[in-house]
Amino acid sequence: MIPATFDYLEVDSADAALAALAEHGDEAKLMAGGHSLIPLMKFRLATPAVVVDIGRISELSYIDDSGGHIAIGALTRHRALETSDLVKAQAPILAHVAGQVGDPAVRHRGTLGGSLAHGDPASDLPAALLALGGSVVVRGPSGEREIAASDFFTGFLETALAPDELMTEVRIPKVPNAKWSYQKFNRRAQDWAIVGVAAVLNGESRVALVNMGATPIQAGAVEAALAAGASIDEASAKAAEGTSPPEDLNGDAEYRAHLAQVLVKRALTEAS
Amino acid sequence: MTVVGTRKLRKEDPKLLTGEGKYVDDIHVPGELWMGMVRSTMAHARITGVDTSAAAAMDGVHAVYTGTELSEMGLWAAPLPCAWPVTEDMVNPPHYPAATDEAHHVGEIIAVVLADSRYGAADAAEEVVVDYEPLKAVASVAQARDGADTAHSEHSTNKAYTWALIPDPEALDSAFANAVHTVEADFVQQRLIPTAMEPRGVLAIPSPAGGEITLYSATQVPHILKVMIAATTGLPESKLRIIAPAVGGGFGAKLNVNPDELLAVTLANKLGRAVRWTETRSEAAFSTHQGRGQLQKIELAADSEGKLQGVRVHLDADMGAYMMLITPGVPLLGSFLYTGVYDVPAFGFTCDGYFTNLTPTDAYRGAGRPEASYAIERAMDLLANKIGVAPEEIRRRNYLAGGREFENLETASTLVFDSGNYTPNLDAALEMADMNALRAEQTRRREAGETKHLGIGLCTYVEICGLAPSRALAGLNYGAGGWEHAVVRFLPTGKVEVVSGSTPHGQGHETSWSMIVADKLGIDPDDVTVLHSDTAISPLGLDTYGSRSLSVGGVAIAMACDKVVDKAREIAAHQMEANPDDLDFAAGSFTVKGSPDKTLPIQAVAFGAFTAHNLPDGMEPNLQEQVSFDPPNFAFPFGTHVAVVEVDEDTGGVELIDYIAIDDCGTQVNPLIVEGQVHGGIVQGVAQALWEEASYDSDGNCRNPSLLDYLVPSAMEVPFMKLGSTVTPSTSNPLGVKGVGEAGTIGSAAAVINAVCDALRPYGIDDIEMPATPARVWRMIQAAKAAQNGEG
Repeated sequence: MIPATFDYLEVDSADAALAALAEHGDEAKLMAGGHSLIPLMKFRLATPAVVVDIGRISELSYIDDSGGHIAIGALTRHRALETSDLVKAQAPILAHVAGQVGDPAVRHRGTLGGSLAHGDPASDLPAALLALGGSVVVRGPSGEREIAASDFFTGFLETALAPDELMTEVRIPKVPNAKWSYQKFNRRAQDWAIVGVAAVLNGESRVALVNMGATPIQAGAVEAALAAGASIDEASAKAAEGTSPPEDLNGDAEYRAHLAQVLVKRALTEAS
Repeated sequence: MTVVGTRKLRKEDPKLLTGEGKYVDDIHVPGELWMGMVRSTMAHARITGVDTSAAAAMDGVHAVYTGTELSEMGLWAAPLPCAWPVTEDMVNPPHYPAATDEAHHVGEIIAVVLADSRYGAADAAEEVVVDYEPLKAVASVAQARDGADTAHSEHSTNKAYTWALIPDPEALDSAFANAVHTVEADFVQQRLIPTAMEPRGVLAIPSPAGGEITLYSATQVPHILKVMIAATTGLPESKLRIIAPAVGGGFGAKLNVNPDELLAVTLANKLGRAVRWTETRSEAAFSTHQGRGQLQKIELAADSEGKLQGVRVHLDADMGAYMMLITPGVPLLGSFLYTGVYDVPAFGFTCDGYFTNLTPTDAYRGAGRPEASYAIERAMDLLANKIGVAPEEIRRRNYLAGGREFENLETASTLVFDSGNYTPNLDAALEMADMNALRAEQTRRREAGETKHLGIGLCTYVEICGLAPSRALAGLNYGAGGWEHAVVRFLPTGKVEVVSGSTPHGQGHETSWSMIVADKLGIDPDDVTVLHSDTAISPLGLDTYGSRSLSVGGVAIAMACDKVVDKAREIAAHQMEANPDDLDFAAGSFTVKGSPDKTLPIQAVAFGAFTAHNLPDGMEPNLQEQVSFDPPNFAFPFGTHVAVVEVDEDTGGVELIDYIAIDDCGTQVNPLIVEGQVHGGIVQGVAQALWEEASYDSDGNCRNPSLLDYLVPSAMEVPFMKLGSTVTPSTSNPLGVKGVGEAGTIGSAAAVINAVCDALRPYGIDDIEMPATPARVWRMIQAAKAAQNGEG
């Protein structure tokens, strides 16, 4: 619980953050809210030589109406999402899920970009992004690019974000009339989900799973079944297809596969 | 006006809540060195080499000592103490602050680094290289009992002792031989990691010229620690001063004598510099003892009506790797309570203690009594099911004294219960819970085929507190007495100072004790200051554990107040030219009987005692008295808890949706503090039932040493509890008080698991191991469904 020695560098702009990454390379680690990185450092599972604190870059904290979508600065705190009228009106599942992350202290520190960039399969917000079909904008030495949520999560705690890139924005489609549900099953309110399900039904059906694989994933078999006209019971029975749930003290793979079916059914029922 | 009995806010709180409380980790002195512990990464291994050279060469590192070097330095006069050798032949392997040639649990100290900073100490500790030759780990008490491998390689068995309490073996055999109904059940008391808000920490400050050493420690037991440090280090007790500053919770986990405390004192003494250490949260799973850790077998013998004829209990108790201060005695503290609140003609208890390669166990909130209460209260529900009566009915049929009020009643387990009155307490709980409505709702859900099952669980507990009567403790081979010491003195200006040998660590003792003093002396409770927890200020005391600080410590204070009034009466009579017997004392003033205008406030008497200008011939100046109180008996609080749970058959999730508790802790000094103790206690017991378990793999590694995975519940997980009380004064002390620090924990785990089993009864499920995790509940339901389908 005592981190190894590191240098601390606070930056006040995206450009300064990119410059710091260019200078320190993979010795550096960006820190936004710090709620994922600091525990890893305290356990000495992460030992960056330089921590680049981007948490105070005010230009990356915003929630804007960009016409076709909502543009959210990567350093927007969960609490801002939870209470945003724009998000509540145009993508209510995102506001709801932001309110399910950790506890109030976490939600006042943690950022949307930090949560997505960490890529934890047990986190709530990546599933919301997948279910909404959003995207992220990243900036690097060669400029800016936009990555679809479905292409972003590449491995356990790995994303398409390159080591010299900074996430700047998250884009969320406006779905004011979508039906949606988020089902989070855990033992204590503050915990990660043992299994979670985010469903957004808006013409097409998107269903994302929390803690059912190495990455945040979509329940492809469920989505396909719904597209083919399957009932909720039929579709939810396929919830665990193609997944590789982790095993830990909260449950083995079989239990998680069962929970996924139960929670997908509950999500689809609530959303319908 | 009396203060006792009112809901007075805690005088401690403004300071604690605004951050003014000074905990060990807040106290710093120039030149202090931080200890960094090199801990064994293996549960059982021979230590074949320890290379400290890289660590010693690091900047800011003052010294690195291995366990062998520490021994060779002659720092230890004796091993770490076990004050409760429960039998003559108990095995007690030598236990020194750091291992020398064999490590016996993960986290045992192998070497200690001393560095200028906490971070430097942690960095250097990582650079110490330990070579291990792995030995087979004994990773559970069941494995220890099987005995193929031993936790200590020099032992041929893991058994530490067998202790028995079978007052009448023939009667017991006959009870079971003649029983109409019997129940036999096995329960697992999983290991728990005590989790006080403040971790443990130490700061030892030497004074090289004078040879004195002051130890600040986050401890419940500064007085015991002082004696034990002297005994284990050979340092003169008169040179030791122990201070427990603000201490953020203990729950028994801070009543030990720990390696870190001995290392800090001896290394500070050797180096002439202050030495400190604060445990990290995940270190605490190894550096602080754990609770529970028992396999229980309980058997009931009953007649056709379910009236108990005999209770037989056997425990296999997990000592962990070593005997700590009262490790072997913890199961014995529960032994007398396996007959619960019931009239049991014949009783037998045996306990085998076993060594494992796990963190040592010792006292944790309730210490033996939650385990006992769990076993008998779970078994009573099984008996009720067997003969087809309601849980409350089986209890009514078996209550001591027929459930009527009693005093000083001897039980089959050889104790004399001070007082009890069980039926009204049960009735109050059933009424507050609205039991009939709950049962109707349960039936409705079952008939409607709903998948969220309602369960209602009952626990009618009794506990032993006020750990005290010294002669009784001697009978148990406990290595100390049980008295408590108090001093009460008037200062010249009329304020009162109380010195207590009992040591608060968050309970609100200063408030409760001040209220007692206020009533006794007729003064404002805010005019009372309580001094404690510093052996230089309070040299005599036996500290805080076992819910003794009111029923022993508080009573000592009350008795010292009485002596102060007695002396004040002599002085007042002298000054008022009256006979002492002709004086009344009320509301803080002496008046002469029949002459109500002749009055003298006790503060004026106190000032007169200070000036000593006009005292009776031969009387010593000052108004100060002291008492060491050794009560004639323990106190036996009791109560009824009702837990209401909802079990989701689809997920296995258990939600505690309502909780009702009617506790009887005798006379209440401050009902607000009583409720606070009950709230916290209940949640700690519920936590054992639903969330907490120190989980170990087969190599003896703890799989959940951090609060990420060790699930301590928060306020979000528990409902708003409904509390009430009955009042049956204790006969063990003049205040009529019992204790309430542990009662909540003793009542709640059984109530919750009884509720879970009640919910699952349609599936034929009558037991579930703690903690009742969703995965575990779901598996049991799946198995039961499969069995039912198979039968169908």
